[in-house]
Amino acid sequence: MRVALNVNGEPREGDLWGGESLLYLLREGFGLWGTKNACEQGECGSCAVLVDGVLKCSCLVLAASCEDCQVTTIEGLGDDPVAGAVQEAMVSAGGVQCGFCTPGFVVVMTELLKRHPGADDEEVKQALAGNLCRCTGYARIVEALKRAQVQIA
Amino acid sequence: MLARTPDTTVVAGGTDLMVAMNFGRIRPERLMSLRRVAEMRTIEVGSDTYVGAGATFTQMLGTIEDPAMVLAAKTVGSPPIRNAGTLGGNLATCSPAGDALPPLAALDASVVIASAAGERQVKVSAFMLGPKQPDLRPGELIVGVRWRRAGLAQAFLKAGTRNAMVIAVASLALVLDKERRRVGVALGSVGPTVIRAMAAELFAQSWLEDRDWRPGTPTQAALDRFASLAAESARPIDDVRGSALYRRHVVALMARRALERTCASL
Amino acid sequence: MPEMVRGVGASVPRPDGRAKTRGEFEFASDLTAPGMIYGRTLRSPHPHALVRRVDVRRALALPGVSAVLTASDLPGQAVYGLAKVRDQPVLVGVREKVMYEGEPVAIVAAESPERARQALGLIEVDYEPLTPLTDPVEALIQGDGYRELVIRRGDPGAQAPVVVKGYYEVGQQDQAPLGPEAGLAIPSHGGREIDLYVATQGLHVDLDQVAECLGMERERIRIHLAGVGGAFGAREDISMQIHACLLALATMRPVKMWYGREESFFGHVHRHPARMWYEHGADESGRLLLVRATIVLDGGAYGSSTRSVVANAACFGAGPYRVPNVDIWCGASKTNHQPNGAMRGFGAVQSCFAHEAQMDRLAARLKIDPVEIRRRNVLAAGDELITGQRVTGSAPVDKMVTRCMEIPLPPALDRAAPAALPGGGGYLADAGRVRRGVGYALGYKNVAFSGGTDDFSTARVTLGLSGGKPLARVKSAASEMGQGLVTVIGQIVRTELGVDEVELMPADTLVGDAGSSSASRQTWMTGGAVQGAAQKVKSELLRRAGPPAVELGEGCVLDAEGIPLAPLEVLLETPIEYEHEFHHRPTQALNENGQGDAHVSFMFVAQRAVVDVDLDSGVAKVVQLATVQDVGRAINPLQVLGQIEGSVAQGVGLALMEEMRVSGGHVLNPSFTDYLLPTVLDMPEMISELIEEPEPLAPYGVKGVGEPALISSPAAIAAALRDATGLDLPRIPVSPAELAGIAHLAPDPRVVAGQRPLERVVPARVLTPVGEESGDGVERGRILERG
Repeated sequence: MRVALNVNGEPREGDLWGGESLLYLLREGFGLWGTKNACEQGECGSCAVLVDGVLKCSCLVLAASCEDCQVTTIEGLGDDPVAGAVQEAMVSAGGVQCGFCTPGFVVVMTELLKRHPGADDEEVKQALAGNLCRCTGYARIVEALKRAQVQIA
Repeated sequence: MLARTPDTTVVAGGTDLMVAMNFGRIRPERLMSLRRVAEMRTIEVGSDTYVGAGATFTQMLGTIEDPAMVLAAKTVGSPPIRNAGTLGGNLATCSPAGDALPPLAALDASVVIASAAGERQVKVSAFMLGPKQPDLRPGELIVGVRWRRAGLAQAFLKAGTRNAMVIAVASLALVLDKERRRVGVALGSVGPTVIRAMAAELFAQSWLEDRDWRPGTPTQAALDRFASLAAESARPIDDVRGSALYRRHVVALMARRALERTCASL
Repeated sequence: MPEMVRGVGASVPRPDGRAKTRGEFEFASDLTAPGMIYGRTLRSPHPHALVRRVDVRRALALPGVSAVLTASDLPGQAVYGLAKVRDQPVLVGVREKVMYEGEPVAIVAAESPERARQALGLIEVDYEPLTPLTDPVEALIQGDGYRELVIRRGDPGAQAPVVVKGYYEVGQQDQAPLGPEAGLAIPSHGGREIDLYVATQGLHVDLDQVAECLGMERERIRIHLAGVGGAFGAREDISMQIHACLLALATMRPVKMWYGREESFFGHVHRHPARMWYEHGADESGRLLLVRATIVLDGGAYGSSTRSVVANAACFGAGPYRVPNVDIWCGASKTNHQPNGAMRGFGAVQSCFAHEAQMDRLAARLKIDPVEIRRRNVLAAGDELITGQRVTGSAPVDKMVTRCMEIPLPPALDRAAPAALPGGGGYLADAGRVRRGVGYALGYKNVAFSGGTDDFSTARVTLGLSGGKPLARVKSAASEMGQGLVTVIGQIVRTELGVDEVELMPADTLVGDAGSSSASRQTWMTGGAVQGAAQKVKSELLRRAGPPAVELGEGCVLDAEGIPLAPLEVLLETPIEYEHEFHHRPTQALNENGQGDAHVSFMFVAQRAVVDVDLDSGVAKVVQLATVQDVGRAINPLQVLGQIEGSVAQGVGLALMEEMRVSGGHVLNPSFTDYLLPTVLDMPEMISELIEEPEPLAPYGVKGVGEPALISSPAAIAAALRDATGLDLPRIPVSPAELAGIAHLAPDPRVVAGQRPLERVVPARVLTPVGEESGDGVERGRILERG
């Protein structure tokens, strides 16, 4: 079946079998490899994208239900200044090691800072609780978010 | 539409269904997405609370005020999961570990079910027939859940091995409805379905009746009795998440702590 | 040497960081090629079974399926493995036995992953299930083992005035790197050559096995490093490499294979679960007189790197202390579980949990402070280890213990903040019933490979001009898995050559072996190779410059007074290229008593954990984890801290929540729903301090940094949990049921059995000569009756 949606500001059409996830459509379908597949169960946050502005695990979104949706992936954050501040801070604070979880974190962190730039320590951790990282121990990712907050303010 | 093709699988947030799909465990003949059915996302807060089956946990957290439900909704999965998961999904999946189900049972909520033949309402406790067995006939669709507001003396506790994104080893919802002089106690993950601990409910009701529902801390004897009645209602098993022994132990503990905290805030 | 802002010692940001934050960094699972098809693996659902029949006809007939291969289609050697003698089947064939749940039986290639999945469902396999051997002690008694190693020193029958005994268990941890197994095989030249792009820890280690199993000359195979999403030991063994190449050659199409998370749990080795019986003897002042231990590791179905894990668990089995009399026996069993192999810490994690618990037992018995008793026994430079080796490098253990104690403790629990309580948003804990505990642990292990292995690394440095400016290019086969080797390499070249612009070429097998990224060895070994090659380039630069040029400055050559003489540009009309093969000093094999100068060097660590436990529910929270680590020299302090913190996270996991649960040979929790990794909300405050006492003979004085903080953090957390609860806690991961003090009501029968006298559990111990491998490489334990 076909589904027509908007990805990162561009109209796209996908050919897929009915049960395919949005994650699969974005990667194998549209060649947008930045969103990652680490668990396919919504337990790790590596597949985080925005669907109509709402943070979702794309592995749990039925692609076929995305007709006319606006999807934003890590690639679509492009020149957004908030995303840029997050990305820069992640590198300077040491929040990136293997990098597999990084796109998911950047999407979640950007969404948080745009929605609630004044988030306190507890709110930050609650917002990041759905993203797993196996390399860093998280401390430098949280530090990166704080640096980005200062930068944006 | 469901009446015409009753073997259609319905999907809203996809947080349960898509996992099975991604793992190749299910391949439904037909899928119907409820994404665009706006009326399924309505939430009304009045003397009753009504939550449409398609409203997400995040939407609920922004609107409803019933403490047991709010606390449970906050522990569901993670933020992106809460942005997708729905009460309708929790009910349709009908797992004893569904976080929202103990509060719904303790609040004595009713499930609103629609079909081509019309609408029916079923109490949540009666709706959950068995593990993954909701009282849903072919051609029926859960459209919402409704419960009477029950004040603020409520609690929801969840035991797990990790501080986030964890399936409950055991959970407990407690509602002390002063206005209606009713106590609801519901247990999650300790039986084939969510369990209403009725003996514990009756005990607490009568204890509160004796003191005219005045706020205050229950005696150790009352807490002990309440806790052991709650634990006796549990029918836990050993599984990879926890042992029956621990589940029973922690149910008693959750019951005692929940009652202690809520009685103080009556 | 030139002082470079982005050279050795600076916390330079990693060069691939920006691309990673933008989703532009290509991981193995992101690879594509024109005409690509997809491979998938059919795996046995039985832990042990005889394969009677395999029929692939229905699968082959499915439209869109390009190939279905079984063991009868293998063109080369039928087995692979990390040991010299290969023991693991590429595919299990008819009349052969499945040895673990998930063992591959067939592979398919098809137009889409969904089509490949459907094809798997059409392959008919008749299994005759057999009873799996699942008890590692039982396996040893039956004679099914990989290796036994004895460390015997002094008088094994020595007596001591104070003796404490304990039985300990460590569960099976999984590396769980977020990037699952993935790779892409591209055939060329009519199938006479092949390129494999794969996420791995060792390109040449893979090449050896791929060449054997394809029956192709090594020169016709090129293995390229694709982006690696973490490893921690999970990628030392072959996963899909041979399979993808077989399918690519059978179809003459590029074949991509990747494992989903569930398959990943079956597709790589795990940490060896351990059962350990320990006896520590000391004098009245707490000085250690003897350590006796029996360590049984479950090796699983095939050898992998088990032999080396056995050696490590034994060598480091008494901890970083002086012990005059030692009798440690370590053996690994062959069972019908997934093969176990390398995971960060590599045997030392398991024995550290036991020996640190023993030190605390001694302290309690003698009423000596647990830190003080360690102080009285810690190793120092010049001391002899239990293997007889003298510590010739740095060993600042006593200083580390002091520094660890001096790190400020966290503030008391804020009882008014429910989120601060154990269990977080579950609101289960009651502030009045939360007890805080503090515990310490010390650990150590070797850097690089041991026992006489001639471990080396190769690197090539090319200095030329780009846009008229000097540019250094480095070619190395070393695997970057996230640890930051790519950053370190650039820093070394900058410092050696005074050139800021450094480019790392893609890692592949077109350059010499760099050895695997394991044993915390790459900074030392590949750093040494890069340094060596850079120094050769420097010599040539100075030769070209001629006197009075004697040194390099930033972008120029200098005279003896440090005056710049000429910019490098004028010396680089032609580029300069040198390769260097770096070897560490020779080591010896251990003799029949486990004695020998077997290790290159050692990394030490001291940690303190602070935990809060709700005594009634047993939910726990690690509040603070302080680490003091002996790093020799921190080439990139930011990255070193990152290694420590990542290790601590894995330590929190092993202490409280991570375990592969297996029953009857079946894995019960192959998913992130039930194999729990710590989230940000589970992490303690981490305070880490680096001790830099340069290691002689190592480039810049470095040691390795990737493993130590995982070696002793589970032990430190367990010690803190014991302090909070007063419970014995002989096993990690510790469950809430145990912490709630109710586990004794339904005791784990194996733990109960372990607490009986050792002789009744393992009736005899095998004495097998260590050193060269015998015959078939899989040593059968010969159980001898005690005389």
